[in-house]
Amino acid sequence: MKPFTYERATSPAEAAASAARIEGAKFVAGGTNLLDLMKLQIETPKHLIDVNGLSLNKIEPTAEGGLRIGALVRNTDLAADKRVRRDYGLLSRALLAGASGQLRNKATTAGNLLQRTRCPYFYDTNQPCNKRQPGSGCAAIDGVNRQHAVIGSSDSCIATNPSDMAVAMRALDATIETVRPDGATRRIPIADFHRLPGDTPHVETALAPGELITSVLLPKPLGGTHIYRKVRDRASYAFALVSIGAIVQRDGTGRVAVGGIAHKPWRVEAAEAEMQRGANAVANRLLAGAKPTEANAFKVTLVERTLAAVLTEAKG
Amino acid sequence: MPEHNHFGMSRRNLLLGTATSVALASISKTALAQSPTLAGPLPLSEVPAMAKVSVRVNGVAHDLDVDTRTTLLDVLREHLHLTGTKKGCDHGQCGACTVIVDGRRINSCLTLAVMHQDDNVTTIEGLGTPEHMHPMQAAFVEHDGYQCGYCTPGQICSAVAVLDEIEAGIPSHVTEDLNAAPQFSNAELRERMSGNICRCGAYSNIAAAVTEVVGRRA
Repeated sequence: MKPFTYERATSPAEAAASAARIEGAKFVAGGTNLLDLMKLQIETPKHLIDVNGLSLNKIEPTAEGGLRIGALVRNTDLAADKRVRRDYGLLSRALLAGASGQLRNKATTAGNLLQRTRCPYFYDTNQPCNKRQPGSGCAAIDGVNRQHAVIGSSDSCIATNPSDMAVAMRALDATIETVRPDGATRRIPIADFHRLPGDTPHVETALAPGELITSVLLPKPLGGTHIYRKVRDRASYAFALVSIGAIVQRDGTGRVAVGGIAHKPWRVEAAEAEMQRGANAVANRLLAGAKPTEANAFKVTLVERTLAAVLTEAKG
Repeated sequence: MPEHNHFGMSRRNLLLGTATSVALASISKTALAQSPTLAGPLPLSEVPAMAKVSVRVNGVAHDLDVDTRTTLLDVLREHLHLTGTKKGCDHGQCGACTVIVDGRRINSCLTLAVMHQDDNVTTIEGLGTPEHMHPMQAAFVEHDGYQCGYCTPGQICSAVAVLDEIEAGIPSHVTEDLNAAPQFSNAELRERMSGNICRCGAYSNIAAAVTEVVGRRA
């Protein structure tokens, strides 16, 4: 690790102001992704702002009938919350499908949204990577890319977003609340939060420099059957090749978001209009324009088949 | 407000790796730093920053002054000489470093010591002693829940916490009904212990040991 100075923040606005004021500053909460990357010198913050002392660890009902999840709520606590289990089962399931018990005990809601890709070329500092070092090139495009994106990728980057939780949040239409260095707050719909790589794959979210996530809002419950199905190389403790987060209503309508195939949780609202016609119809719309590599073309088929399994399961 | 903003500097700590307090591992860097060409002040970006932290480990309070880069794992092993907690991958993938902080199991390699002000840490040394073993330790011995033993302290800390998690009603990936209280089973145990890797492959015996402890509790 490179040396860094350290402070404990005492308010969200102050943390944001500090992050904007100090060059090379970063927030740290759970640290499970950041510390890993700092050890490899992929992340080299000059200053860490520890936000763990901020009172952002509650899950509270909103006036609209939904939930406000504090940025610091640990993945374990969010997955285990009785209201989340009852009304947002998709979110519990997605969280429990990710990482290990130890990691979920530390990892936070906001940190999960901000976790970096697990592309092996991003992790290997001897390889070019436009995300790690803008302009250096992408070793994955002509490399070993079985795990990589099949849609929404660019000539600069074919990395995927590794989060399970974000797939559920996307299907649920969550909203991210933030505070900016000037103290102003704003709300960002999750659809606009994660970016596609384009020619700036190092810019991964809509957050401005110093902007701090304070909570995530869930709209009122949608009912229906909640399913999160994750296909991976091991039965546990592995990132998704493909994952499907779905909410299916009795009449067969619903929502679908897909993980493991793009730089962000992948959802195409227009494709959901096809849900009553089955997985093939939905997958065709969902993956229109897909550009898989030779090694990951299987993901296109896998999305359709996993979705078919999910729709069958939803029928009970 | 910065908790700590004075810069302590030590050539020994010019190590880029993670065991920032281990002098032995930094011989080559130390030699480099002492060469005439680098004898001047270090660039600011290379100067280690120190910070104070008070942490309670196995019931004993410790006031420490550490390089901010020091992980909780390195504090346990290198500062407090509690070497029961093991460094396996140092990247949160193997679980050998698992300890229990304020009742919850975590990877001590992926957390900074300075982030644990006033926390209560329990390591394998705090669970039991060779003379007075924790029931989980005794069960691992009885069932040969290890071969080389390197992952064992992490396995045991994790297993103790897993039983508490089930008792607290925390569901897992394999829990069928999210709205019911999870029950202990082999499938639940294996899923919940997936963050602890045993390269000797003693999993069956580990499962037998944990299952016996559950049986005794019931």
